[in-house]
Amino acid sequence: MIRVVLPAHLRALARIDGEVELDVTGQVTQCSVLDALEERYPMLRGTIRNHDGGKRRAFIRFFACEQDLSHQPPDTPLPDVVAIGAEPYLIIGAMAGG
Amino acid sequence: MSGVRLLVGTRKGAFVLTSDGKRQEWDVSGPHFAGWEIYHVKGSPADPDRLYASQSSSWSGQVIQRSDDGGRSWEPVDNKFSYDGVPGTHQWYDGTPHPWEFARVWHLEPSLDDPDTVYAGVEDAGLFKSADGGRSWQELAALRGHDSGPSWQPGAGGMCLHTIILDPATPGRMFAAISAAGAFRSDDAGQSWAPINHGLQSEGIPDPDAEVGHCVHRIAMHPSRPSVLYMQKHWDVMRSDDAGGSWHEISGNLPTDFGFPIDVHAHEPDTVYVVPIKSDAEHFPPDGKLRVYRSRTGGDEWEPLTNGLPQEHCYVNVLRDAMAVDSLDSCGIYFGTTGGQVYASADAGDSWDPIVRDLPAVLSVETQTLP
Repeated sequence: MIRVVLPAHLRALARIDGEVELDVTGQVTQCSVLDALEERYPMLRGTIRNHDGGKRRAFIRFFACEQDLSHQPPDTPLPDVVAIGAEPYLIIGAMAGG
Repeated sequence: MSGVRLLVGTRKGAFVLTSDGKRQEWDVSGPHFAGWEIYHVKGSPADPDRLYASQSSSWSGQVIQRSDDGGRSWEPVDNKFSYDGVPGTHQWYDGTPHPWEFARVWHLEPSLDDPDTVYAGVEDAGLFKSADGGRSWQELAALRGHDSGPSWQPGAGGMCLHTIILDPATPGRMFAAISAAGAFRSDDAGQSWAPINHGLQSEGIPDPDAEVGHCVHRIAMHPSRPSVLYMQKHWDVMRSDDAGGSWHEISGNLPTDFGFPIDVHAHEPDTVYVVPIKSDAEHFPPDGKLRVYRSRTGGDEWEPLTNGLPQEHCYVNVLRDAMAVDSLDSCGIYFGTTGGQVYASADAGDSWDPIVRDLPAVLSVETQTLP
């Protein structure tokens, strides 16, 4: 079971309270977690990564275990503590003024 | 008793303002989609309960929302706007070719007779259509594919398709306007397009009367007389009497002919409204006085409408999609400002009152006249 934390604006869009808990089959990577997230919440498609090619949107970041994973290849395995749900996978809206 | 619903898009959410036919007391609901930019919300002429909203943010891109109950509840629908085929390039600010990149939906135009059909004008300039209530979008690629497309350049606000007008009298005829390419017309439901910019003069481009390249800010039409179009250009207020075949200037005695919105009285095709703005650098009313100007002669002769509007220290702007009229017997006219005010007039502009004063910057205002 993977725990995913979304930024407030995406929780509102998907009508989610609190964390999302996902079951991911196979290797737990950023890509497989996001695939599972979008499968359950189709309205999130295109809001975290682009429709075409799946590239991370510029002002979205991926954190876990106090590390910025945003620039890692999407098929890189996530840390074991994330894969077993001991630590959450954080999807972050970049800090911005205005 | 009949009533009015205003659909207001702002920098940080949408608001729905409703009133009865007197238009004196207003109910304000919102913010809907709080924190997101709402470029446009518009209702279907065929079903007033069907609304479409363009919701976007720099973090998470584009979302399209749809309501089937007049805005009480909303459902996200498809947000995939993929240009048809290999997108190609347009000119970038430095003159180099730049790939077409989808940024956001500026304007949603529901079909006149089918609630499930809706058009979307997007940045970078393109026209999309959904025939299934927003559940999928296809580009009408002939517009972007016009021979002049590779030469189009963005204005400072981006290269947006901001105006879509559907001709109620001639099946298949539609108009689109792009900053900064100009106005275009299709007579075959978007399968082919021709520029309609003859008569426009723009000093900001190398050839002032070029076929394309003009920064059109807004076009308006009265449905009873669709061959007559009114245009607020970057500078100049223009009129066409032949469905865009040619344009002539009608700025007349306006204090400045720069501005963004233009609209037409619901029952008087020769009564036109603009909001003069000082200049392209100073996006606020001249002399700090917020004045709507009305022409009852189809242009050239304009009168300032000031009753109820601030006449000192007012430095807001009124954006291109932020003015609308209702179709009650006494025509109501409404506009929103970048300062967050929405002003209403229930007497065709003779007097004004603010409905709300402190919304986020208003991007768009649309009306629905309810039975």
